[in-house]
Amino acid sequence: MSQVSNAKPYMNPYLAGTLLGIVLFLAFFITGSGLGASGGLNRLLVYVQNEVNPEHIDQVAYLLKMAGGNSNPLDSWIVFLTIGTVFGGLISGLIGRRMKFETNKGPQISNGSRWIMAFIGGALMGYGARLARGCTSGQALSGGAVLSVGSWAFMFAVFAGAYALAYFFRKAWN
Amino acid sequence: MAIFPLPLADLLGHWGSYVVYAAIGVAFGMTLESAGFGNSKLLAAQFYFKDMRVFKVMFTAIIVAMTLIFLTSALGLLDYNLVWVPPTYLWPGIVGGLIMGVGFIIGGFCPGTSLVGLATGKIDAFMFVFGVLFGIYMFGETVSSFATFFDSSNMGRFTLPELFNASYGVVVLSIVVVALLLFVVAEKVEGMINGRPQPGLPVWTKPAAGALVALAAVVLVIGQPSSEDRWQVVAAESQARLDERAVQISSAEFIKYRDDSKIKIIPLDVREERYYNQFHLRGAVHVPLDRVQEKARELQFEPANTVFVTISNDEAAATEAWKILKAESVPNAYILDGGINGWLKSYAGDSVAEGDKVYNREEDQLAYKFNAATGSRHPAAEPAPDFLNLKYEPKIILELKRAPTSGGCG
Repeated sequence: MSQVSNAKPYMNPYLAGTLLGIVLFLAFFITGSGLGASGGLNRLLVYVQNEVNPEHIDQVAYLLKMAGGNSNPLDSWIVFLTIGTVFGGLISGLIGRRMKFETNKGPQISNGSRWIMAFIGGALMGYGARLARGCTSGQALSGGAVLSVGSWAFMFAVFAGAYALAYFFRKAWN
Repeated sequence: MAIFPLPLADLLGHWGSYVVYAAIGVAFGMTLESAGFGNSKLLAAQFYFKDMRVFKVMFTAIIVAMTLIFLTSALGLLDYNLVWVPPTYLWPGIVGGLIMGVGFIIGGFCPGTSLVGLATGKIDAFMFVFGVLFGIYMFGETVSSFATFFDSSNMGRFTLPELFNASYGVVVLSIVVVALLLFVVAEKVEGMINGRPQPGLPVWTKPAAGALVALAAVVLVIGQPSSEDRWQVVAAESQARLDERAVQISSAEFIKYRDDSKIKIIPLDVREERYYNQFHLRGAVHVPLDRVQEKARELQFEPANTVFVTISNDEAAATEAWKILKAESVPNAYILDGGINGWLKSYAGDSVAEGDKVYNREEDQLAYKFNAATGSRHPAAEPAPDFLNLKYEPKIILELKRAPTSGGCG
């Protein structure tokens, strides 16, 4: 692990956004589907559940769709997109010398508090993403670019939710 | 038909197509990480107006991708009907979005960014991903208790231009201009909050912004292909199939597939309402001819084993409807040979009297008089002939579906 002082600065946000936009366009242009992230994690989880307790899968209609009978929940393009995303992050982190075991947080809270908050925030994100049928990547970014009404409403809701509570969590980040 | 999106599974095979998705994933992960999205503190700074990177990156990506998508669609390279537009479930989407917003400010990531955080060794990202998995698990366990809400306010494939009743070009150009103005505001706000002048923007940003506005203006000027334009693209091949009568399926073939559990057959009755009320086939969906184009987008959501059969009294209206379905890239569309009149002739038997026949009728009018709105209660609406003895020339060949049936979160 290299020192963070050697790390290259992050890309200009407008340049990064343009590149991300081109990747998103190519995803739609070539495959017809956009990008996503929570779907891959979802299927990974269902795979594990199916290995541990297959009877349970057969009792829950929502899980049955992905892993019922002989269908393998990992046999889906979104799983491969997700694996690629992790590798892409790794490659870019190595090139930018930004690989470092660390916990990012504000100076006023401990690592332990940050980890607990990360877990709780993640749980809310995971729950909300399933309820909204998509996450920031699949709904806001992909659905936004193809002009889905629901995706735009969703996007405003995410920003509204975060801004509404930002004041109460200011100590965690500042 | 537009060449893109590519039928990947056809070209590369089931597993081969996954290589393409993995490559797209790598590019996605690299851009997210380069943008600084592996760092939760930088992401959260958005909500204190200190560093509005989340907004800038996201909206730049949206306007760039949107402009390119509708430009290639306008040029006839990309078939927008085959592009996955997340269906609108308004209220579950809004409530889910609010919950995710709260999760964002507490957890500091969203699912996509946590993956690149995890890949670069951020311990809080590990914890976040565990949280996401736990949240998804809890959703699976609890969704049955609010299934009605989860499936409520389903508006299907519903786009902003349809909402505002404006052209795609107008909406695309407006969003580009508004986003660029908001970027100027974001730069000013960051300067105010941080109490020092912001470093100037790179020199290329202004020409790039100008170029994007120009491309969006081109989208507006060219316009999206109309159903008529789309028909022209497929006309030569499709008209030949019509003339060869390769797509007019016999009533016997229809009945065979109606009783086949592996195939979902959707009869689309495109006649006027009065005819539909007088008599229609059991299970027929009433879609008047002027609403077929609108309905076509919805039909893309049907599973891959669906066969659509257009039906009119004779064949004229059904053929028009079939052309619209073809133009709108709906797979597996067929016409009922002989229409309702042919059907009644084969299956009505004694239930329609000789005296009810209409003589000297015009093309595509009902050949029998019905004195009451029998709808699908008429005995001929669901005849049960001995299917072993059904004789017909098989015409239905299932095509591979090109339109994706789920998006990145399915």
